[in-house]
Amino acid sequence: MSASERRLRIGFIPLVDAAALIVAVDGGFTAAEGLDVELVREVSWSNIRDKLNIGLFDAAHLLAPVAVASNVGIGHVRVPIIAPFNLGLNGNAITVSPILHAALAAEADGPLSDPAVSAAALARVVAARRRKGLDPLTFGMTFPFSTHNYQLRFWMAAGGVDPDEDVRLVVLPPPYMVESLANRHVDAFCVGAPWNSVAVDLGVGQILHFVSEILARAAEKVLAVRNAWAADRPDVVRRLVRAHARAAAFIEQPENRDEAAAILGRPERIGVAAEVILRTLEGRLKVAVDGTVRTSDRYLLVSRWGAARPDPVQATWLYAQMVRWGQTPLSPERLALAEATFRPDLYDEVIGSEAPLPPGEPADGVGAFAGPAFDPRDIEGHLAGWTIRRR
Amino acid sequence: MSGASQIDANLKIVIVDESAIRSAIIEEGLREAGYAHVVRVAETRNLLARIYALDPDVILIDLENPSRDILEQMFQVSRIVKRPVAMFVDQSDTASIQASVDAGVSAYIVDGLRKERIKYILDTCVMRFNAFARLQDELDHAKSALEERKVIDRAKGILMKAKGITEEDAYALLRRTAMKENKKIAEISQSVITAAEMFK
Repeated sequence: MSASERRLRIGFIPLVDAAALIVAVDGGFTAAEGLDVELVREVSWSNIRDKLNIGLFDAAHLLAPVAVASNVGIGHVRVPIIAPFNLGLNGNAITVSPILHAALAAEADGPLSDPAVSAAALARVVAARRRKGLDPLTFGMTFPFSTHNYQLRFWMAAGGVDPDEDVRLVVLPPPYMVESLANRHVDAFCVGAPWNSVAVDLGVGQILHFVSEILARAAEKVLAVRNAWAADRPDVVRRLVRAHARAAAFIEQPENRDEAAAILGRPERIGVAAEVILRTLEGRLKVAVDGTVRTSDRYLLVSRWGAARPDPVQATWLYAQMVRWGQTPLSPERLALAEATFRPDLYDEVIGSEAPLPPGEPADGVGAFAGPAFDPRDIEGHLAGWTIRRR
Repeated sequence: MSGASQIDANLKIVIVDESAIRSAIIEEGLREAGYAHVVRVAETRNLLARIYALDPDVILIDLENPSRDILEQMFQVSRIVKRPVAMFVDQSDTASIQASVDAGVSAYIVDGLRKERIKYILDTCVMRFNAFARLQDELDHAKSALEERKVIDRAKGILMKAKGITEEDAYALLRRTAMKENKKIAEISQSVITAAEMFK
């Protein structure tokens, strides 16, 4: 590793799912590997993508579907990007305005915490609004190629709501979500932490679902690097992966969570109260202004239960969503590129074999609340099972 | 730049920038170059609807603006898009990509518009962005110089009173100490003020 190779610039967006990266650097794990990392806080996914593409960043905290889209060449220029480390599974939530929550509750024929119930209730609310000639409901999400976009679409389509015809889906930068919900620019949004909790604390929103209720395992952000960059410096990649794995394991230890939350909360990192970050790491979220708390042991998996290992099934599931919603055609070549974005080989080389997953983890690696098991070898057949789709 | 033949005065250009001063500087540059249809958007609420209403050929947006992600939605197949818009940043012109990212600006153009037709616009924009950054630096520099002057004056006053020395002697003492400690006079002055406050 040469002196210039030691110095890395890594871009991130201030979100709790950048935890492994931020703690790797600020907690000294990258320094212990001999790396000198400068973290650069960014304001948009477009900036992160472009700066990674042109080499201003060596690595980045990136939306998993942006990495896949970039590697396949969907929606933008094709830049071979790979993910040697998964920055975690899940971590998003769907928050709705108090008005929409009341409307859903009135239409629900069961507990609203069940996504099948809430999606069916949404379909009835949407139909009632149409009969009354009201504007369609508007949902905020973070990027056209975002987990948030696909998670919202998957959930509502399972209830019979067409995300392109029956509602409006709009891109909103995460820091604008809460204000947009408060001023009724949107009726709901899907975003990562801390923004759902911020909306609840301000009394402008109610958390309807943790995304882990919709998909048991959903790759959220990855540590992304250019393929050519990684191929030129395998030693740096190994050190980077090891530092991230150690930082992620540190965060997963309950006794370290206060310290991790304090690091993440710093103004130059995520910049919110450590207490709010702690709730996220512990999966113990206040979901309504009255103080109702919902807990989940899978709200955000940083590295436990195999969460940090980049699982190619996740990349193919994301590609299948891009196909389903008309962002790209289905082809064996594209599928192969999508799958190759996630590089478990680079992870395994450093980590070795991990403990087997606990019982109860989904056999297909995704665990969706509706529809058949996901099969990356038969995306055509899988998509044919859905009535609402663009292809 | 022998611009005249390349300049297409009819192109509709939208500048999305939360800095009103900077966008005014860019607008002025484009108008001087002969572009007559330049609109500035500072407020990013309902940005997409405003852009569709303006129907521009070229959109310039500062990279510090989180609303850049909103613009990315224009590429998506959707019933509200009137015509697709492509991003200028492609892989064929690395130098201009680098220049625009360094300057902190990004451009989007209507699909089908030839790149040469907007090269001059982007060049002008990059130049104006850089000029604005220099101006900002000078202003910050002037501000911090003024702040330092105030700190040094306060430290001088403390030393004059505590040691019964003249202003020149107080300044000489600060300067000597700064040289000895290999620090700036303002830093030593700040230490004097901090220490004096602790002894209060």
